[in-house]
Formats: sequence, C-alpha cells, structure tokens
Amino acid sequence: MILRRPFFWIILLIAAGFTYAPLHGNNVSLREDLILIAIAIILASNLNLMIGYTGYVNFGHIVFYGLGGYVGLYLTTVRAWNLVLSALVAGVVVSVCAFMFGLAILRLRGAYFALATIGILQAVQAFVSNFDPWGRSTGMYLSFNSYQSLGGARRALWITYFLIVAVMALSMIVSLVIKNSKFGLGLFAIREDEDAAVVLGVNATLYKAIIYSVSAFLPAVAGALMFFKNGMIDPSIAFEYMLSLEGIVMLMLGGQGSVIGAALGGTLYEKLRSYLLTSPVLSNFHLVIAGGLLLIVVLFAPGGLIGWAYRLVPSARKVIE
Amino acid sequence: MSNLLEVRGVSKRFGGLVAVSDVSFTIAEGEILGLIGPNGAGKTTLFNVVNGVYKADQGSVTFAGKDITRYSPDKVVHLGLARTHQIVKPLNDLTLLDNVTVGACFGREYLSMTAARKVASEVLQQVGLGDRAEMLARSLTIAGKKRLEVARALAAKPKLLLLDEVLAGLNPTEVATMIELVRKICDSGVSVLMIEHLMQAIMSLSDRIVVLNLGRKLAEGQPDEVVHNSDVVEAYLGFPDIVDKLTRTN
Repeated sequence: MILRRPFFWIILLIAAGFTYAPLHGNNVSLREDLILIAIAIILASNLNLMIGYTGYVNFGHIVFYGLGGYVGLYLTTVRAWNLVLSALVAGVVVSVCAFMFGLAILRLRGAYFALATIGILQAVQAFVSNFDPWGRSTGMYLSFNSYQSLGGARRALWITYFLIVAVMALSMIVSLVIKNSKFGLGLFAIREDEDAAVVLGVNATLYKAIIYSVSAFLPAVAGALMFFKNGMIDPSIAFEYMLSLEGIVMLMLGGQGSVIGAALGGTLYEKLRSYLLTSPVLSNFHLVIAGGLLLIVVLFAPGGLIGWAYRLVPSARKVIE
Repeated sequence: MSNLLEVRGVSKRFGGLVAVSDVSFTIAEGEILGLIGPNGAGKTTLFNVVNGVYKADQGSVTFAGKDITRYSPDKVVHLGLARTHQIVKPLNDLTLLDNVTVGACFGREYLSMTAARKVASEVLQQVGLGDRAEMLARSLTIAGKKRLEVARALAAKPKLLLLDEVLAGLNPTEVATMIELVRKICDSGVSVLMIEHLMQAIMSLSDRIVVLNLGRKLAEGQPDEVVHNSDVVEAYLGFPDIVDKLTRTN
C-alpha cells in the first residue's frame, strides 16, 4: 500500500512546505522561485518515467509541456473555460497525442528513438507556428477576463501556484506508485533488457506507449497552468529545446530511476540556474555549466547523486526510492 | 497422451539462408524431448520460432490445442510456454528476487506483485539461489545466471519449458547440480524441450531426441537409436563409418 511508504508522507510534507513558505508574509518573490523549482521537479519526475524507469531517452519531452500550455491557454482564453478543467483537458488531449506518437516511434530503440523524439518536437513546433487558431508564430495572449473569474489577478496567481504545487506532488506520487507496482516492474524489465522482458511475458509495445503517454499528462497540465500564469505563449517559449535538455541534466544529476533523485536534481539544477542567470558575471553562462555538469555526472557518477549514495551505502537502495 | 506441442513443417529463412527447413515434431504431455545438432544446425532458431520471437515463413506451431504460429512471445508465455536463453539475459540492475518476480508476474498465472514475490522466493529456493535473493543479477557467476534463467522461466508456471543449452559453460560440479534441477522440474510434471550439446546429459534426461542438421530434421527417436544412426554420426564427425573404423583399429 502506498500509504505505508514513508516517502509518500515525505512528498506531502514537501508539498505542504511549498504551500506554506511563500504564504507566510505574502512573499511573492519566494513564490516565483518555488514555482520554477516545482516546474523543474514536474519535468524531471515525468522524464524519469521514460529515461529512468523504461530506459528510453526522450530529448523532446518539453513538447508535452508546450502543447499542454497551448491547449490550456486556448481553452481558458478563446473558449473561456474554467482553469482547472482546461488544464485537465489539456493533459488528456496531450496524453492521447503522446499515445499515438508512442505507438509509432516506440518501435525504435536507443539512439533512433532519441532522434525521433527530437523530430516530434520540431514537427509539433512547426505545426503550431503555422496553426492559425493558435496565433501562428506570434502566439496567444491571455485575456485579462480569465483572471477575473478566479477573483482578480493577485488571487489567480496564488491559485495557479497552489495548483502547480499539487501537480508537483502528484508527479512524485505517480512516480512512487509506478515504481512499486507490477506495471513498474515490467518497465524496469524493459529497461534492463527489452527482448528478455518480452520473452518473460511483458507486453513491451503497450507498456512503452502507456508510460510515454503517462509521462506526458502531468507536464501538459503543468504547462497549461504555467502559461496561464505567464499570460502569454508563443512557439519559441513553449517548445524551448534547451529546457528539454536541461530536464535531462536535472535527472542525470539527481539520479535516474529514483523518485527523490529526480526531485533533488530538479531542485539543485534550478537553484544553480537561477543563481547563474542573475549573477552579473556568469549570466548566460548557465548552459556551459549545464554541459560541464552533465559530463561530470556521466563520467564519474552515472547514477547521479542517488546512485552515488547507493554505491556508498548499498542498503540505501531499499530506503531511498 | 495428447500432444502438448505440435510443430508442423516449419521453415525460417534469413535472406538467402534457410535456417530451419520443413521441420516437424511433437511433444507429449510430461515428455522430455532433446534437440541436438552441430553448431549452426538451426536449433536456437527453431526455439525462437516456437516461442514467437521469429515468425515462421511456413508451417505452424500448435501449443495446447491453440495455433500460436503468429503469437508474440509475451502471449506465448501466458499460455504456459516459457524459455531460457543460451546467451543469458539477466536483468542486471534488478535483484534476483525482482528478476524472478518478473517471470511470475507476467507468466501463465499473471500474478499480482505480492503473490508473485512469494512464488519468486520459492522458485529461487528451488534452484538453489534462495540465499542470494537480494543480490543484483549482474553480480552472479555464469552458472548462477543460467540458474536464474531457469528460475525466471519456472516462475511463469509453464506447462512446457524450453531450455537452451543450460549446461554450456558450466564446470562438472555445476553440470551435475543443473542436471539434478532439470530432472526435478521434469518430475514435477513440466514437459521439457531442451537443446544440449553435452551428450551424457541429453542421453540420460531425454525420452526422445530430435537431431537437426543444416536446418533439416535428420533423425528422431530413442536416445540409443539416434546416436547410432549413421546419418547422425556423419553430421557430427564427417564420416558415416568412422565409428566402425575407430573400433577396428583399437
């Protein structure tokens, strides 16, 4: 049972901390910091389902986030739907798209799959840049009325923040539940040796398509919320290739395959990035650091921080999930 | 006894190479069938056709009354046909218990995690890896990995077990324990189709033997008949009358 997992309660504690800390003294700048960390954790955790659990490297994971943002913003602005409903619908629509893409490209393995994910990102970006209802390359702006239904801009931003924190907690819980399930065991078997997994009875084609689709859902919901909060979207910020790569750096840094690893990597990397971006000397230098970091991790600690902890204390494997 | 497995006129080509050509045989329930033949005879390819890794170009495979010729390997396992690999395929970064749990979870009984764990630890005991359940599969020796292959296949609770050279690469002591294990499996009522090069083992374990050479079935019958069949001797040693010659000079 999930309730008996200590880590489940830790996730709830983290979420509670995220909720309480900025509310205390109405600290908006802390809220903005935490929202970036929450998004990083959401992206890294869901990417972990593909890379860490199933062993398929997805270079275009950000496509789900951007597409979710577009569907969400379209529904809230043009259709004037309620935010929560729009975000959920965005998640479902993007998941269904991902399932279709997945059935097509998950026949590929290794580097070919990775290339196909870049292809999907480029194709979707090209499509959206030419899609009239979504404003082509200029994108869409949120009508201010959308904030009114949530009780004004100030309240709307707080509500969005809490929803994003909830999505963050949910991302980690989904990772935890899958990790301890039969479905998760099937994914691990695919990661270790797909041919062996199939011979042992795992329906790899279906499992891969399902996990690809699941890994799309919460990032899409988060995209819908985040772009609602930002008030605008255009193809270059929605499908930012760099963010896709940074997601991989976060995951590798924290430790692929581990729930806490993905969250830790997301947090640390986001902290580092915002420090570098705002420091006058090192501004625009963060990608160099990210590349260097990725190299160091891959060369010296391929399991990331958590993998390193496992190696120091083998019994930690059972405790840290 | 009814036939558990019926292979009828199976052929498999890879480009111009005919790996298996028009091979037919049957396995009765509870029977142990040995499959032998020189290297490259098509034994493993035949296994791959039977459990669905390859699709047969011609012919059909029927298991427990169902035509499984076009089934994928994962569906074949659910029906109760499990196999091991000649080149072992451990799930390296998982514990032995997890490895075997995969077999139990997705096998014939499609067990839940809790039930599968229980079956897995029983099977690990049975193959003599019980005390190493929490070790990672990568840390096993080759003999251990072969036993793990057998354990995973057994955890699926198969009616028919395909063993692909489980004795190859083992030292004599390990061979003896493995033969003992295979015999126990057979005694528990599981039918076995085994590929083996070690004649002493195949002679003592098999009820019947099928010999493949260059993709064709060369001979079939009781172990004693088969090893004295002149075609078989020629396929292995090159001269049909070499046995006679050797015995004469001695």
